[in-house]
Amino acid sequence: MSAELLFAVYIFVLAIFVGFEVISKVPKLLHTPLMSGSNAISGITIIGALVIAGHVGDPLRSIIGLFAVIFGTINVVGGFLVTDRMLQMFRRKPAGQDEGKGAS
Amino acid sequence: MSHIISELAYLVAGACFIVGLKWLSSPKTARSGNILAAVGMLIAIVATLALREILSFVYILAGVVIGTGIGAVAALKVQMTAMPQMVAIFNGFGGGASALVAWAEYVRMTPGTFPIDLPVSIIATVIIGAVTFSGSMVAFAKLQELISGRPMTYPFQQVGNGLLGLVIVGLSIYLIVGALSQGPVMGLFLAVMALALVLGVVFVLPIGGADMPVVISLLNAFSGLAAAAAGFVLNNHVLIVSGSLVGSSGIILTRIMCWAMNRSLSNVLFSAFGSVVAAPGTAPGAAGRAAKAVTADEVATLLAYANSVIVAPGYGLAVSRAQNEVRDMARMLEARGVEVKYAIHPVAGRMPGHMNVLLAEADIPYDKLLDMDQINPEFPNADVAVVLGANDVVNPAARYDTASPLYGMPILDVDKAKHVIVIKRSLNPGFAGVDNELFYLDNTRMFFADGKKALVSIMEELKNV
Repeated sequence: MSAELLFAVYIFVLAIFVGFEVISKVPKLLHTPLMSGSNAISGITIIGALVIAGHVGDPLRSIIGLFAVIFGTINVVGGFLVTDRMLQMFRRKPAGQDEGKGAS
Repeated sequence: MSHIISELAYLVAGACFIVGLKWLSSPKTARSGNILAAVGMLIAIVATLALREILSFVYILAGVVIGTGIGAVAALKVQMTAMPQMVAIFNGFGGGASALVAWAEYVRMTPGTFPIDLPVSIIATVIIGAVTFSGSMVAFAKLQELISGRPMTYPFQQVGNGLLGLVIVGLSIYLIVGALSQGPVMGLFLAVMALALVLGVVFVLPIGGADMPVVISLLNAFSGLAAAAAGFVLNNHVLIVSGSLVGSSGIILTRIMCWAMNRSLSNVLFSAFGSVVAAPGTAPGAAGRAAKAVTADEVATLLAYANSVIVAPGYGLAVSRAQNEVRDMARMLEARGVEVKYAIHPVAGRMPGHMNVLLAEADIPYDKLLDMDQINPEFPNADVAVVLGANDVVNPAARYDTASPLYGMPILDVDKAKHVIVIKRSLNPGFAGVDNELFYLDNTRMFFADGKKALVSIMEELKNV
């Protein structure tokens, strides 16, 4: 096992523990936004897609890269926006007149 | 040097994701948490574009423009009632992106120039990513009702799926070993990817609509694991960190959803729950008893003179899009001094937290939305419990009828309220396919109507009470 791989495995295992610690405290109220927000975070693959789409030489790789960027962007942009839309709606008090009712 | 700076930027991005998720755990900070995570993503993207080896921006620009267009329009247009399928499809695209990244890395492998773990992580990424993609698309189709939400079963389904899994594993081992000596074997690689796509489809098909909260949570975990696996392919630590965070979040939600139904994950995934539907009137105790129907004015009178009312919403609320009517009725009652609360079962609806999002959309303050554990002790003191589009989660048979498929599932104790009003279109059983004896109890009255129309007519009558 290379030192590089060993280090990556280290990070993987520790990050899983961090994830369990951070997320187990989320109340049921916020499960949907948690899911769609974390979903947007999983779109981080886009940074790999960008490097592939940005290379020059192999047309097949460029096309795969293009689709990877499209998919990743839909995931990231759509995920964060829809989460924000949901979270705007969670209020303790009924909304006053100055606030919109949210798009529906 | 630029490599070190971009790695540091990735570290900042990873920290933003962790703090962002942390902030998501309180309604007060949740919105900032989401924005912080989005900022982290932006930092990672900008660092990649500025500091990594990017020779051409043509495809990148095209991809980002198309993806932003589709993602933004979908996110801003979607109705809150359609949120489960929207989450499912976004999730699928994330998994798909990871699979594509792994494919592109496979294309450029040359024999003898890489360690064994590279083909292993490439194949793992492709399989997990492809299953996430096609599985999420089927979940989307079921939730959008493009295909039936009922479990789809056929002979030898589980054996067939198991064999498919074994074939994929076998081919993958051959590919990994082969990659070391002969380099990429394109045809076989594409076959594995295609079979993984098929596996995603056949894996979700037999799972029914009411079990979707579990499936969506699980696919959410998969999309995270796919991203983490892609991180191993690219040796990129921010992918590993973010993917693991999402993976653990999805696993936690999956476990919570299973607990809420008192069923194991394998039971949810493999039992095709809800494929057998009982005829109405077959509940134990239903024999010889008829459900008692009421009219809008009787319901209005009952509600108007109550001290406390608890509303138990379910998927039917989302179907009839009645969240604003619920709020209006509650406000009319509150104006009369009636206390109105909401009882939220963890698996009510089609995804974790579905009811909370719907009721929040209607501006109902979130401190009136009470979890099952908080609200159950309050039912005996409630004058009226209004069951609105919920069925299996309020079936008392779950408490004692060991023969019921629902046995052992924690339920909302609506039957303990002095009066129970069930608003429902017919006596048809709920998703689990079991008749609901709640409908035949002495203190239960049935109001047969679509949820929205029922509420409108009750409000009309309330004005006259």
